Amino acid sequence: MVEQTVNIVSNERATDLYFRLVVRAPQIAPLVQPGQFAHVRILPLRDALLRRPFSIFQVEGDTFAILYKSVGKGTEVLSRMRPGEELNAIGPLGHGFTVPQPGGETPLLVAGGYGMAAMHLLAQRSPQTGIVFVGGRRRVDILCEEEFRALGWEVRATTEDGSHGEKGLVTQPLIAELKRTTAGRKLFACGPTPMLKAVGRLAEEFNVPAELSMDEHMCCGVGVCLTCVIPVKAGDAWEYQRTCTEGPVFDSREVVWEVTR
Amino acid sequence: MKSEIRNPMSEAANDARATDLSVQIGSLRMQNPVTVASGTFGYGVEYAELLDLNQLGAVVVKGIRLTPVRGNPTPRTVEVASGLINAIGLQGPGVDGFIQKYWPFLKGLKVPTIINIWGTTVEEYAEVARRFDGLGGVGALELNVSCPNIKEGGAQFGTDARLLSQVVAACRKATRLPLITKMSPNVVSIAPYAKAAEDAGSDALAVTNSYPAMAIDIETRRPKLANVTGGLTGPCIKPIAIKLVWEAAKAVKIPIIGMGGIQNAADALEFIMAGATAVAVGTANFYEPQTALHVIEGIRDFMQRKDIRDVREIVGSVQLPK
Repeated sequence: MVEQTVNIVSNERATDLYFRLVVRAPQIAPLVQPGQFAHVRILPLRDALLRRPFSIFQVEGDTFAILYKSVGKGTEVLSRMRPGEELNAIGPLGHGFTVPQPGGETPLLVAGGYGMAAMHLLAQRSPQTGIVFVGGRRRVDILCEEEFRALGWEVRATTEDGSHGEKGLVTQPLIAELKRTTAGRKLFACGPTPMLKAVGRLAEEFNVPAELSMDEHMCCGVGVCLTCVIPVKAGDAWEYQRTCTEGPVFDSREVVWEVTR
Repeated sequence: MKSEIRNPMSEAANDARATDLSVQIGSLRMQNPVTVASGTFGYGVEYAELLDLNQLGAVVVKGIRLTPVRGNPTPRTVEVASGLINAIGLQGPGVDGFIQKYWPFLKGLKVPTIINIWGTTVEEYAEVARRFDGLGGVGALELNVSCPNIKEGGAQFGTDARLLSQVVAACRKATRLPLITKMSPNVVSIAPYAKAAEDAGSDALAVTNSYPAMAIDIETRRPKLANVTGGLTGPCIKPIAIKLVWEAAKAVKIPIIGMGGIQNAADALEFIMAGATAVAVGTANFYEPQTALHVIEGIRDFMQRKDIRDVREIVGSVQLPK
């Protein structure tokens, strides 16, 4: 974990919805593990004080890249920043995905929309290629298929409106694939909570291991404020654990989806 | 004429020696007046990679009660203009969990640790105080009688002068450690509460805690916090907190630790001029973890610029119109 000023190398529209930001971060970039994030202070934000967490998409030399959608005040201001301008970042943060061992399990990645960004580094660093299942509402929600194909991965896309790939939910082709075989396979997922919950249920049903990158609103990003907690099994009961520190990636068997207080 | 050549390095060293930033909170001596607000700094260890904790005046940890606390459901915080509303619900490991998990690290620091404690009864406050008294090496205890986010305990003790006296007096009997009472801002006038804490044996006051607040999502018409309401902190509360410190300082003789939206040395100096002997950086830790160190540096710069040798000369130095 390092805090440093980072310089914007490029900040361009990657698709109709998403921007790709590349920053020079010589202290952070070499430390990044798949599934980790950077906590970014967008200095021109003024009265919006908090940092914004972004999954790290790619790492190259002393730079890292993130993909983001302009959804609120923070990302809107970020989208108007230009190369040469400065941001401040703390990173890499969080407990990421377990990179498969050489000759180990075959990774099946499951991504919902923007979740693709968090999984690219895992695909790149995995010694064996696998299949990535990506789903979204419409064609524009499907990101960086080509980047995964370029790594030799098979990409199976689904959209809810059928405008791209198979029509339906991302879990449909995944179920078909798990029915074919589960031996030596492991699931890795990142996306909206209902999708993660569905993947967790399938992991249990088909008895395959799964790692889920959980999505919870964050504040400090380093484990002090206790904003981003989710219920996690602890013996016979459950306890709150921090998405920013113990997570964002959790073993699906650890996550508690419904709690009684 | 060698002796007339000025060496900027040794001059700087002389200045640094000549500038005394140390302050006294009861029997607790701090190397400088800058600490952190409970709940914004975890248990110190989380920030150890990002700043040198040994440069702080003291480390203040998140509120501890006797037993572990699960805290409130999520969402627990929401960003608002120049501030943050939180309703964490004092999640924590309890006394034993704290001692086992965090104390070995904290006791190894060169700067004192102030432990923020709370309970749901007067007896529980006293019991927690007794446990930490027996631990050895604790710098001071901060009595949290002002958390707005829990149903029992917390603010109910801070907004009832009789209960406040009882809590402070019971803790006073339980320990010889310096006691800092963390005051609620949610009172018509802080003076009688400040006086009650002083009279019951508190060595200092922490002014102030968060302000009760609420935010609504207009699309869903739902509160933005699962707890519905929370406590507002950050730069937006600074001017109100300054006024509270000023009023409290007029009411008591014991030192005050001022806090509420401090982002830089200028903010800290305002609190000190209003009457605070020390200050705490709170919400700013969440977005700029090194804020407290910048505040220390900035206070020293100010003192050198104004030729002030002792930070205590600034305390309460606000010049009121005649």
